[in-house]
Amino acid sequence: MSDQLQQYHDHADLAPGDEEAGSIGSKLLGYVVGLGLAILLTATSFFIAGTNLVWQPSIPVAIIVLAIGQMGVHLVFFLHITTGADNTNNVLALAFGLLIVFLVIGGSLWIMSNLNHNMMPMDQIMQMQR
Amino acid sequence: MTDATLAFAQGGSQHLAGTATIVHDGPASKRIVTGYGFWIFLLSDIIMFSCFFAAYAVLVGQTADGPHGSQLFDLRSVAAETGLLLLSSFTCGLASIAAGVRNERWFQAAMAATCVLGLAFLALEGREFASLVAQGAGPTRSAFLSSFFSLVGCHGMHVSAGILWLLTMMAQVFAKGFRADIQRRLLCFALFWHALDIIWVAVFSVVYLLGSAV
Repeated sequence: MSDQLQQYHDHADLAPGDEEAGSIGSKLLGYVVGLGLAILLTATSFFIAGTNLVWQPSIPVAIIVLAIGQMGVHLVFFLHITTGADNTNNVLALAFGLLIVFLVIGGSLWIMSNLNHNMMPMDQIMQMQR
Repeated sequence: MTDATLAFAQGGSQHLAGTATIVHDGPASKRIVTGYGFWIFLLSDIIMFSCFFAAYAVLVGQTADGPHGSQLFDLRSVAAETGLLLLSSFTCGLASIAAGVRNERWFQAAMAATCVLGLAFLALEGREFASLVAQGAGPTRSAFLSSFFSLVGCHGMHVSAGILWLLTMMAQVFAKGFRADIQRRLLCFALFWHALDIIWVAVFSVVYLLGSAV
């Protein structure tokens, strides 16, 4: 019973941005690791954007993937949004935010490319207006 | 945990063996409520940015016979801006650690470093905008440039607001010390500053790197 309570207490919620209790050294290590990973991912992205070493059509995909990876690194190491049981509320709010972001960006691109595809060429529209 | 549940846990274990244990902790602490509310605000801010990104992505080809991104962007300056903002996120993390152990000297030093790095970022961005306008590639040149200036400028405005907030927090800690309410504001500030860095990752990848690569 007291074990259960203890376990429950360990799983009390955390505010977003708050870390679990730890020494200064371990917190500092978290930020250093985050900075190192972020620098590595940024440097890779900048390198890939200007190189001829890889197959050219793969470059945009690689840049997007690296950016998503780096955002994940920032979320985990800097904002301390993790998959821990104490973080469920924060992660669910994030998931809903991401859903809206994908709807807005994906939906806009989809609709606008469809409109572009179906629109008459501009010179024909000009002729009709005459 | 309330006193009643504590007494319950210590004394009543054999009495309650077998019954379902539901422990009510009462309402969440003010720190969690404040932080969570600010997290929701940040997510809605990110959704607002997603609209700017969507507008940029739709209009990126509409240059009205004006210059394309690959002719305008100076990736060296963008790399410097990225490094400055990344380091400022790190020093902001150091300030959070210092605030956690209530060490005012380290806190003020880390916040001052964050401020200097943020100002250097803004200076580079301002120089870039000024040189674009001087080349005749200002926001009025084409739909592409309008959406570029509103997206990147909106991020720059957020950084400027963040720096004002940062200076306010330095002054508040100096005047009032690490009170619980000040600590909650520091938590929100740190979230805001780190979120700006996340948005910058999207900006430099989508606008600058994709714009120069394609």
